[in-house]
Amino acid sequence: MRDSLGSVRTVLLLGGRSEIGLAVVERLVRQGAREVVLAARGGVEEVPSALRALDATVHSLEFDAEAADTHTTTVAAAVDLVGDLDVVVDAFGVLGEQSEYDGDPLAAARSATVNYTGHVSVGLAVAARLREQGHGVLVVVSSVAGVRVRRANFVYGSAKAGLDGFAQGLADSLHGSGARVLVVRPGYVATRMSAHVDPVPFPATPGQVAEAVTKGLRSGATTVWAPGILRPVFTGMRLMPRFVWRRLGR
Amino acid sequence: MSRPTLLTGWGRTAPTAATVVRPRTTEQAAEALAQAGPRGALARGLGRSYGDAAQAAGGLVLDCTELTGPPRLDIASGEVTAPAGTSLRRLAAHLLRHGHFLPVVPGTGHVTLGGAIAADVHGKNHHADSSIGAHVRSLTLLTPAGRTLELGPDHGDTELFWATVGGMGLTGVITSVCLAVRPVETAHMRVDTDRTADLDSTLELMERTDQAYRYTVCWVDLLARGAATGRGVLTRAHHARITDLPAPLRREPLRHRTKAPLAAPPWAPPRLLNRWTVGAFNTAYYNAAPARRRGQAQPLGTFFHPLDAVRGWNRMYGPHGFVQYQFVVPFGQEETLRHVVEGLARAGAPSFLAVLKRMGEPTPGPLSFPRPGWTLALDLPAEFPGLAGLLHGFDERVLAAGGRLYLAKDSRASAEIVHAMYPELPAWRKARERTDPEGVLVSDLARRLKLV
Repeated sequence: MRDSLGSVRTVLLLGGRSEIGLAVVERLVRQGAREVVLAARGGVEEVPSALRALDATVHSLEFDAEAADTHTTTVAAAVDLVGDLDVVVDAFGVLGEQSEYDGDPLAAARSATVNYTGHVSVGLAVAARLREQGHGVLVVVSSVAGVRVRRANFVYGSAKAGLDGFAQGLADSLHGSGARVLVVRPGYVATRMSAHVDPVPFPATPGQVAEAVTKGLRSGATTVWAPGILRPVFTGMRLMPRFVWRRLGR
Repeated sequence: MSRPTLLTGWGRTAPTAATVVRPRTTEQAAEALAQAGPRGALARGLGRSYGDAAQAAGGLVLDCTELTGPPRLDIASGEVTAPAGTSLRRLAAHLLRHGHFLPVVPGTGHVTLGGAIAADVHGKNHHADSSIGAHVRSLTLLTPAGRTLELGPDHGDTELFWATVGGMGLTGVITSVCLAVRPVETAHMRVDTDRTADLDSTLELMERTDQAYRYTVCWVDLLARGAATGRGVLTRAHHARITDLPAPLRREPLRHRTKAPLAAPPWAPPRLLNRWTVGAFNTAYYNAAPARRRGQAQPLGTFFHPLDAVRGWNRMYGPHGFVQYQFVVPFGQEETLRHVVEGLARAGAPSFLAVLKRMGEPTPGPLSFPRPGWTLALDLPAEFPGLAGLLHGFDERVLAAGGRLYLAKDSRASAEIVHAMYPELPAWRKARERTDPEGVLVSDLARRLKLV
C-alpha cells in the first residue's frame, strides 16, 4: 500500500535492465519499498549494483515484451511474488537507428512491437490488476520523441506517440478506480540505449528522470517531463511550421 | 455490485477504491459480508480515523452509519444499549436528556459507537477512567460467517471481546454495544485554565494536579522556540454541579445547545497552513488564553469538541491532506517527549493542534493503544518536506522508550516498528482467527502494517 507520505511497499519494473527504470526503483526503495520485481527477457539473474546494498528483496521474472499472450500471466506471477502492486514502472523499449530501419522494414516493425504493442498488452494486464486491487500507479516511460515526431527517428517516435496516447487514454479509463497512470516524458537521457545518439539540448541523467518520477508520484501528477524545461520547449516545438520542423537535422 | 468509491481517512491521504454498501440491519450486514470477494470486507463508521484504518482497497466496505435505532437507557443499572452506527454525538444528546453522560468521549462526537470500540478511544479523562473499552458491558459481533456473538469482559469469549476492543474492526462487525454511563447534574463543565511558560512547567503542573481533576488536557504550542518551547494552555475540569452554574443556567441545567456548525471552505490551497500562518495562530491562541482562570462554566460541546464547530476542518490542510501523529511513552521517559517536541520546533513543523495528556490504566485489549504515560497527538501537513524521515526518527525513539503509536491515527509507520510496539499482536491474531479463519476482514491499515 502507498502510505500517506507517498512511500510504497512493492515495485514491479517491466524492462528490468532499463537504466531509467532501475533509477526509479532505487529511489522508491530508498523511500521505503521492500519488495522489487525485475521483469525482463531471460529474467534478471544478478541484482543490479544500485539495489544490492539496499534493504529490499529483489525478485527476477521472465518477461518478453513481444509475447503479448504471456503478459497477463507475467502480471499474475508478479502478484504471486509480492502481493499488491503498489507501483509498476513500464520502462522497456528499444531505440535503434532510423537509417537502419529505412532499409529493414521488418526490424522497424519489430521495434514498434516492443515500443508500442508490447506496452498495450502489458499495460492493460497491469491496469486490470490495479483496478481489482483498488489502488496502485502505473508509470509509463514515454518520450518527448512522441510529442512531435521527427524525421530523424520517426519509427521510434511514432511508437512513443502511440504509447503516450495509449497511456493518457488508460489514465482516463482508470479515473475513480483508485489506480492511476503517470506519464513520463524524458528528453535525451544518457544511457546505454542512447549511447549511439549525439547529445541534444536539455539532456538528463536517469537519476534526474527518476527524481521527476518520484516527485510526480508524491504530488499525484498525471504527467512529468524530465527535465521540466522540456514542457514549454515542446509546447513551442508543436507550433513550429512544418517546413521548419522538416529541416531540423535531428 | 455498484461502482467503486474512493475512500480516505480524515487526513485525506492515500485514497483507495472499494465497493460501498450501507446495511440498515444486522441481517443486511450479514448478507453483505457473505458476498465479500477475494479482496475482503471491512466495516466503516464516520471515517474519523486519520489514516487508512477504515478503507479496504478493492474490497467491500460496509458503511455502518445507517445501522442506527433508538438507544435504550436503563437508569437503574446505569447502562445504555445502542446500535453500533449511532454517533457518540447523538448518543450523548440522548443521554443528557435523561441526566446521563458517556463514560469516555474522544476529541470529536462524529464517531460511531462501533468505531469508538474498534479503536478503543480515550478522552480527557483517561488518567481517571481509562478508555471506552473499560466501560463496555457487552457487545454484539457479527462474524464473516454470519454468526452473531454476544461478548463481554465477564461473559462469552472474553479473549475475543478484548481482541475486538481496539481490534480496528478486524475481528468482525460490531452491531450493538451496551455501555455503562455516568449520571450528571448539568450539561456543563467546571473548567480551570492555566497557561504554562515552557515544557518543564507544563509537565510539572500536569503531574502535580492531574489527580485532582476528572478531565485534563494540554494544548501545546509546537512552534514556540527557544525558552518558550513546549509552552501550553492546560484545561482541567469536572462535570459541573447545579450549584456551580451561574443563576440563568440553573433553570434548565441539562439543556444541551448544539450550535449549527460553520463549514470550512470546500477547497483550500496547498501550504495554506505553514509555519508562519500556524505560528501566528498559535501565538494568538496562547495569548488569548487566560493566564489563570478558575471555575468557568463551559458547555460540554465547547469543552470536549471545539473542532466540531467547524464542519470539514480537515479540508484546511489543502489537497495533499495531513498526517496525525500520536504516541505514548511511559512515565519517566519525558526525555523522549522533549526530543519530539524540540525536534518539531526545530524543524518548524507547522502543527496547530498538538495536545498532551497523561494516560492511566489500560484495558487488556492486545491492540488497544493507551498505556500509562504521556501521550502527545499532533497533526502536520502531509506535504511538509522531510516529514517521512522526521517521523521515522521519532518512531524509533518512541519504540526505544517502550512507547507505541496509535493505530487509529497512523498512516505512515512501518510494519516492523508497529509489530515491535505491539508485542501482543500474535495473541490477537490467534483470537481473530477463531472468528475469521478465512481472512475475510481486512483493511488498508492491516495490509500496510501486516496485522493480519
